[in-house]
Amino acid sequence: MATIRVQPEAFDVGREIAALTANRIDIGGIGCFVGIVRGTADQDRLAALTLEHYPAMTERSLAGIASTAEARWQLLGCTVIHRVGRLVPGEPIVLVVTASAHREPALAATAFLIDWLKTKAPFWKAEESTDGTTRWVEARAEDDAAAARWDEA
Amino acid sequence: MLKILYFAALRERMGRNEEDVDAPANVATVADLIVHLRDRDPAGAAAFAQPSLVRAAVNQEFSNLHSAIRDGDEIAFFPPVTGG
Repeated sequence: MATIRVQPEAFDVGREIAALTANRIDIGGIGCFVGIVRGTADQDRLAALTLEHYPAMTERSLAGIASTAEARWQLLGCTVIHRVGRLVPGEPIVLVVTASAHREPALAATAFLIDWLKTKAPFWKAEESTDGTTRWVEARAEDDAAAARWDEA
Repeated sequence: MLKILYFAALRERMGRNEEDVDAPANVATVADLIVHLRDRDPAGAAAFAQPSLVRAAVNQEFSNLHSAIRDGDEIAFFPPVTGG
């Protein structure tokens, strides 16, 4: 059963890994992806990102994605945390941690989770640039392709 | 009665987060509802001007244009998602 959280607050990667591994000796590897707000969007200077989501649906859809990963790989733990609200460049925005007996399931499931999360969970980013203008980020075909590669395997 | 929610760019174009809509009897699918909202007022026309950029969820599950809708359903409209 995965741990899923949607929150405005920052997260502590070390604490989340410790929570997955505490009091067990069967885990042989941890996969981890941390998404960071990148400061350069095209040529403009990014002042902040604001993350909007669909509260009634978000945690459910993340839990659904996590259970797909748990059905596909032998995982011994899984944590997904996504932040919402206003975030400035350099801040962490999303965390995926997976635990398994060997490295391969953890690494593959981590890549799968972030790929699917980007295209199948109800979050929307608005970019605020340093000149004060705001625009909605458009979905990228590359992200759809990254998510689709898991359909074939 | 349908509960309709709007997110991100669609929310801004509609000028509202949500509304209750008493749709005509011939509105049976998500596609029918889009046509109804698009033809209802200028905000709807702007929000649904590019149907290929509209995604929907019925009762908090992603749906497609052919998904059936029933009285009491919660329908959400939004652009393609951009989280992560």
